[in-house]
Formats: sequence, C-alpha cells, structure tokens
Amino acid sequence: MENKFNITGAEAITLALIEEGVDTVFGYPGGNNLPVYDSFYTHEKEIRHVLVRHEQGAVHAAEGYASANRKVGVCMVTSGPGATNLLTGIADAQLDSIPIVCITGQVVKPQLGYDAFQETDVVGFSMPVTKWNYQITTASEIASVMAKAFYIARSGRPGPVLLDITKDAQTQIIEKFEYKKCTKIRSYHPKLKPSETAINEAATLLNNAQRPLMIVGHGVLLSGCQDEVKELSEKLDMPVASTLLGLSSIENENPRFAGMVGLHGNYAANMMTNRCDVLLSIGMRFSDRVIGKPEKYANQAAIIHIEIDPSEVGKIISPAVGVVSDAKSALQKILPLIRKSSHISWLNQMREFQQKENETVVNENLSKLRMGKVVRVVSEKKKGSTAVVADVGQNQMASARYFNFQEGDSIITSGGLGTMGFALPAAIGAAYTKKFKNVVCIMGDGGFQMTIEELGAIMQYKLPVKLVLLNNNYLGMIRQLQDLYYNSHYYFGEMQNPDFVKIVDAYGIKAERVETLEALSPAVERMMDYDGAYFLEVRVEKQENIYPVIPAGKAVDEMLLTPND
Amino acid sequence: MKEKDENIKQYTVVVFTEDKVGLLNRITIVFTRRHLNIDSLTTSESEIKGIFRYTIVTKTTPEMMKKAADQIEKLTEVLRAFYYEAQDVVSQELALYKISTANILTPMEGLIRDFNLRILDIEKEFIIVEKTGSRKEVLKLFEQLKPYGILQFACTGQVAVTKPMKELENYLQELNKAAEMSNKIRSWKLKN
Repeated sequence: MENKFNITGAEAITLALIEEGVDTVFGYPGGNNLPVYDSFYTHEKEIRHVLVRHEQGAVHAAEGYASANRKVGVCMVTSGPGATNLLTGIADAQLDSIPIVCITGQVVKPQLGYDAFQETDVVGFSMPVTKWNYQITTASEIASVMAKAFYIARSGRPGPVLLDITKDAQTQIIEKFEYKKCTKIRSYHPKLKPSETAINEAATLLNNAQRPLMIVGHGVLLSGCQDEVKELSEKLDMPVASTLLGLSSIENENPRFAGMVGLHGNYAANMMTNRCDVLLSIGMRFSDRVIGKPEKYANQAAIIHIEIDPSEVGKIISPAVGVVSDAKSALQKILPLIRKSSHISWLNQMREFQQKENETVVNENLSKLRMGKVVRVVSEKKKGSTAVVADVGQNQMASARYFNFQEGDSIITSGGLGTMGFALPAAIGAAYTKKFKNVVCIMGDGGFQMTIEELGAIMQYKLPVKLVLLNNNYLGMIRQLQDLYYNSHYYFGEMQNPDFVKIVDAYGIKAERVETLEALSPAVERMMDYDGAYFLEVRVEKQENIYPVIPAGKAVDEMLLTPND
Repeated sequence: MKEKDENIKQYTVVVFTEDKVGLLNRITIVFTRRHLNIDSLTTSESEIKGIFRYTIVTKTTPEMMKKAADQIEKLTEVLRAFYYEAQDVVSQELALYKISTANILTPMEGLIRDFNLRILDIEKEFIIVEKTGSRKEVLKLFEQLKPYGILQFACTGQVAVTKPMKELENYLQELNKAAEMSNKIRSWKLKN
C-alpha cells in the first residue's frame, strides 16, 4: 500500500484491516469506537460491517467466519460492557484455536485508571484467555501493533488477539502512515521444524504397526492436510478416528473412517483406541472429554503425537514420540518413509464394532423422531457443501454423530469451552464467507434462547441460513446427567418455552414446526429448497439420552452402548 | 493427579523476556492457574540491553515444572524459560535489618564481623545493617538479632546465575540465523 499522510488513527485502523485482507467486521458501536465507525462509513465498499444484536454475538460471528474461511475473523466493540461481553467468545476461541482479532474501544488515555464512564481493564481481564493482547494509546503505534496482532492470531497455533484502542489514539493525526505486514517476532516461534529423529522414529513405529490407528484433531483442518491424512491412511491401510473439531477432515464414507472419539463418540473409535498398537494423534490435545480415565488411556499403544504447540506434548498423555510441528509439514516428511501395508483383520474388527453400534444404537435412533434422525435427514437432503454449525449439548452430539460429512463440508462448534448460544451467531459469521452452499445451524431450545437476539441480524441482512431447532423443552444433556448420576432428580432441567415459530415469524423469517416423523422429511426438503433463511422447529422425543457414553471416571473401552449394558 | 511430597523440589526458573508492559502478570498467571506458590521473584534487565530477566523460585514436582515452563515459554513476548535445580545455580539474597539501639551491648561488634555485615546507617535510636548471603544465612542472622529488637526487616528474593554454559546470547544468535534463513527462502520462493 502507498504511504498515507495526515490521517486519523481511526482511518489507520480501517486501512490496516483492509491491508490484512479483512472484508467483514462484526461489531456494535459505542461511545469509544465511534471514530472507527466514522472511518468505516467512508470505506463501505471495502469493509462490510455487520451489526449484531449483542457483543457476544459479534465475537461468535467472528469465530464462525474464521472457522469457515480459514482466515482471521474480526470483531469491533466499544469499551466497558462492550468489552466484557466479548469475554466468553474470546475464551472459546482460545480453547478451540480460532484466529480472531477483537478490537475494543477504550476511554481516552488521560482518563485511564480514573473509573471513567465505561472504562474497564479489558487488557487485564482478557490476559488469561488471549494468545496476545495490547493496549494502543497513541495513533503512531497502530500500524505496527495491528500487523503484529494479525500475524500472532493466524500463525502457529491460531488464537484470539485483543487490541484495546483508546479513543484519543483513534482521533490523533498520524503524519505518515506506512503499513508493513509482520513476518517475524524475535520472541515468538510459531512454526517449528519437526526434528529428523522424531520423524524417523514415527515412521519406524508406523511401518512396524500391526494395528495402527490415527486420530485427527482440529490441527488437521487448521493446517489443511486432509489430503496427506487420506494418503497416509491409504498407504498404511490405517483406520482414522476424529475428535469433535477434527470432523470433516476425512469423509465419513471413507471405508477406513472409524468415527468420532470421546465421551459420546463412536463405539469403534473408542474401543480401538485401547486396542491399537500404534496411535498416531495429529493436531489434538487429549482433552478429558476425549480420553476418559487418563491412567487407562491407550496404555498398550506407542503414541505418536504430532502437535504444533510444544506445551501440549506430554501435557496430559506422554507420547512415545512427540513431533513438534505443523501437521502438514510433519506428514509430508513422514509419508515418503512409509511402506505400503495392509491390515485386513484390524479393519474387519472396526467394522464389527461399527455394526454393533448400528444395531444397538443407531438404527433405533433413526426410527423415531429423535435428534439423530433429524440430523440424518438434514444430511441426506443437503445439496452441495454444507457447514454444520452445532450448538452445545445433546444437539451437538447428535450433529457430530449423525451428519454424514463429505469432502468440503465442515463442522463449526464450540468444543473446548462448550459455549451454549454459540451456534446462531457463528452461523451468521459462516454465512458471510460464502465458502459453503449451505449453512445449517443446529440448536437445542436452551442454547437458542441464549443468543436468540441474533435473529435480528439474520433478518436485517437477509442471510440464507437454515436454522434447525431440536426442541424437547428440556436442557437435554443436563437431564441426561441427572438421569445417570443424580437419581433422576430433574431439577431445573425442564423449561417452559415460548412459541418459537411465532417469535421467528415476527422477525420475518420463514418458520415451520414439525411434530411427527412423517412430516420431517418433506419439511426438511422445503427448508433446503427455500431461497433464504428458514427456521424448522422439530419437537423431538422428550426423554432421549445420547448413547453410547463413557461413564464418568471410566476408560474409553468401557463405553456403554445402551443403559442396560 | 496428586503430587507425592518426595517428588517436590526447589526450582529456580529463569525467564528472558522482551521489555513489555504486563509480562509479569502473564507469567504469574501460569503459576496461579497451576496452584504453584512463588517463593520469591526478582526482575531486572539482563546482560543484553532491552531483554529482561525474571528469577522465580518455586517448589514443585519435575513434571509440573516442565509443564509450567513450557506454558511460560509459549507466551508471545517470552524469549526463553529455563529451570534449574538448586545445585545448578549460584544465588544470593540481600537483607536489611533495622535494629533498636536500646539493647545493644558489646557482642554486636562480633556479630558484624562474623556475618560480614555492612553498616548503612547509625542513629541514636536504631542502626541499619545489610547482609548478603543465602536464605539460610539471612534467617540465621535474623535469629541472632532478635534479642536486640528488630524494628524492621526487608529481604530481596533470590537473585541467581546459572552454572550450565548455555548462554542467552548464543541462543539469540541461533534464532536470528534461523529467521534470516527462512526469510531468504521466502523471498526466493516469491521470486521463483
């Protein structure tokens, strides 16, 4: 970009965003960011601003945008309550490694520390949940700090960056504005090269494995190594399981796909974890929801952990070989060292487990008006690439388990933080990327009501998102936990709900309710064929529990297929 | 994951950082989240201008120490975090004692000589002495001075240098070389 002369700090912020390739900003104006809005006004063609209805919506939308687009998502809010309302989303992005840059306005520098109107120490309270944060108090810092912010957010293990910019920095005049993208920071090494020794050891283990298993995590999608994963799986004849956020790295229909690992994952994936002899885990962090009882996790296996963040290697599970590297470069180095093999009986074992799960759990769920059935019908009726934006709870597990992910599809959901209310605003963000033909947002009645106000944004911007509400008038996952561990004391799990169809209708969004199994399929078809936003409330079975499940404190291979197991 | 007491050791963590606001907070958050007590913490500019050195003493298990050090090193503005067991560091503390003169009799002079004390100030009501040494020596002197009446006592944390010969400057040179190399590759790729 050409240098600019005598521009305001606010103009510099806008130009920096344009330089970083930002085309959409999700935000909410307030007293301390109005100078930036005034600058946006003159750059309407280059930067689109999306007015959310609550700041939490802005940050989740930025997350949804970032996840769908594999670009940095940006949100912009004011100081004080605007800033505090971001916190949930920032923590969410931190746990799920989502690259976002959050810009908060701040009171003028001379008022800092004086409890001024809408002053809050956002840099202080966001410190534990950001990858990096910084307070800009003079306009001259804007160019270099914003370049650094985008570099840190997107490089290495991505994450949230927060910039707090005082109002006087936004109004000061910069004599000469020069923007250079940041390419290195002395104290920050985002892309470590894998060690030759580790690569060789990993390849040797894999070549000698009799029962190898690969688990793919979010890191596979973040580094874009789906092709390498597929190639390795074919070459080694190795089954591939996935974490929640790793779903869609490999097609569900791939004959070597073992399903999702973890608490409500697939039977095969969990059983095989404790039966394999070599476990290759890529871009994942062995979360407690994935591993069950840590002392009993894959003790029989030699674990290879490919991970970009050195502090994750050995944090929970000590691997036999730790490869500190970006997943793509590690796999590219390992692949040439791999000999072609075949593991027929091991894969047959996988199919037996899958068949058992189908017979005991899946088929029954698909024969009733249950969450899994709704998700499966949506999956069958989809036309073209689809981003599934799932909320948190039973609806999320049903989405992960019953959607048939194909190449180019994606799942966008709150994994680490488990943020109810994530899906609706995240779907708005995903819709803006135009990366997917469809954006389907799957929610429960609890989560929907946490960010229901964002229907306003869908209305205002005519976003063609498909909203599927799995309504059981219950906080289903809570009810399930009370059922399993609290003597079925359903205390504060049941909800008295409004007429959702009427509410959505009031927003001018096409809405429909389904109450029978027969009505489901045609209704989903109508929704998918409709040009524009569509809301489908499905009155699912009230007392459904998600099975299979790893009971609390049990190992992954102690998974229960049914309550009577 | 319950820690066994016999595994707990004293560690000296040496952290090199950029000169930026808020880093102390970021570093201590790592300790707080893992419920690690900080026994002492000192910070000053290091041998390289613009790079700060934190010396933090804590007690924990070897596993926990490694994990905490990894988390500290992950912070964007931290250059490196090293940790050492007691035998690998040479450390000193500095203590100031303000003693009432009311009870001072002859033995004070012997004490000053035995403990190598420096007298910083003598007034009618009190005397201020300085002691540099190990924590053990500092506390021993405290006990000896007690009968005189200690009006005030202040002590720095441990300042330490390490014995192993991997110096930060070597490390920085390696780092700059690696960065130059990757920049060269990048510009070569752009050209071709």
